Amino acid sequence: MHIPDGFINAPVSAAAGVVAVAGIAVALRRSSRELDDRTAPMAGLVAVYIFAVQMLNFPVGAGTSGHLLGGALAAILVGPWTGALAISVVLIIQALMFADGGLSALGLNIVNVAFVTVAVAWPLFRLLVRMLPRSRVAWMGASFVAALVSVPVSAAAFALEYAIGGNGTFSPGTVLAAMVGTHVVIGLGEGLITALTVGAVLAARPDLVLGVRDLLPKPELRTAPPVADGTRAPQSTTEGSPA
Amino acid sequence: MATVTRASTGPGHRHGHDVGEQLYVHRHTPVHLLAPEVKIVALVAFIFVVVATPVHQMWAFGVFLAILVAIAAVARLPARIVVPRMVVEVPFLLFAALMPLTGPDPQVQVLGVELSVPGLWAGFGIVAKGTIGVLGAIILAATTPARDLLAGLRALRVPSVLVQIAAFMLRYLHVVFDEMARMRVARESRGFEATGVRSWPVLGQSAGALFIRSYERGERVHLAMLSRGYSGTMPVLDDLRATRAQWLVGLMLPAVGLVVALAAWAVQA
Repeated sequence: MHIPDGFINAPVSAAAGVVAVAGIAVALRRSSRELDDRTAPMAGLVAVYIFAVQMLNFPVGAGTSGHLLGGALAAILVGPWTGALAISVVLIIQALMFADGGLSALGLNIVNVAFVTVAVAWPLFRLLVRMLPRSRVAWMGASFVAALVSVPVSAAAFALEYAIGGNGTFSPGTVLAAMVGTHVVIGLGEGLITALTVGAVLAARPDLVLGVRDLLPKPELRTAPPVADGTRAPQSTTEGSPA
Repeated sequence: MATVTRASTGPGHRHGHDVGEQLYVHRHTPVHLLAPEVKIVALVAFIFVVVATPVHQMWAFGVFLAILVAIAAVARLPARIVVPRMVVEVPFLLFAALMPLTGPDPQVQVLGVELSVPGLWAGFGIVAKGTIGVLGAIILAATTPARDLLAGLRALRVPSVLVQIAAFMLRYLHVVFDEMARMRVARESRGFEATGVRSWPVLGQSAGALFIRSYERGERVHLAMLSRGYSGTMPVLDDLRATRAQWLVGLMLPAVGLVVALAAWAVQA
């Protein structure tokens, strides 16, 4: 659910727009440094993925269901800059074409959903994976925590914007309490889905999880010298080599 | 979605299958023909003017709404297409409805219910400004093909890489959505039924598999582009720039809006 037009006043919306433009400019530069000319197709496909996975319904019971927001997931899988870039593009397309989120509030939505979530989730995830043992379960746990924390912090960013320039009669304290309170619950779901998704990618293609790529065991190259009769030398250790 | 008949689809018309084309309603009207960059700038400026208008001047929002309805009429967009798309704003109608019930004094009695006067105004402001914003964005998407919207962004000097990312996103949306639909069919044909939190590991597996497939598709797309000579920029085929006359026509929208907003501020003061 994105901020519509008229919820936050025009000066604060415009200021957030300036912040969003600056953030996207930095993200473009940093992401291009990682991806070169792969930036457009890779970030594009990541953006589609985030857009698609937001449509995947996770039933909670009693007829309700939730879906992934994807900020922490994108950061863990493809890194903070490409992740923020992909989510920003998703938000731009949603506002321009699907009327989802106001055009005047686009800057606010980009700041809250793309940048705040990633800025919280990525450092937290990196801190945790460096402290925890190098295992899939530990990395899933780190994903859970990073995603869980990122959602209420993003909600708190909205509450801050509301406190500065909100058009409404709720007191800023009420908004902060209500937003953070509900988003802790939403964050629990987000954390669980993010952890399960990261776990699934780790099981099949751990090298695609950028957040732990430097921690993966290096594949070991073992060689055996050829011998005259075509069979291998007895001291060779080719069997059981790691994948 | 487009109600155009096949017969009117001439050789100059572009009918793709990406998602933006489904939102697009094909017509030949001045609104459709206006350059996309003009439409984007005019709409964003207009919405900022609307957002900056004081809520107590209800008539101003009536004028804003009338302007957009008139543009939709000129663009010959039928209400049965525009109105259903406005459901995006329903959550905010509920949120706005809470404000009169919880807002501060003074209170007013409406049908025996105590309602807060400031809450009513705040709720009205959110509904009015939100509705105008949603209607404007719907008119933009219904009168501008996705491809032209991207060309408009490029004409507005949005960085080329960002426009390319958006273009890839729109182009592969259906491919990835179809992939997701096939995975759902595969799950359900194995007897899977998403019932509660206990089904989440399976859905998480699907989300993970979808990521791997999307990422690998991105790599394949990149290699295919390289083999066709891609070097980081896309060739621009239709570099049509808006004329001064188009800018003048388009910017009448925020200009008229500004006059209305200034009048509203004058009455307010």
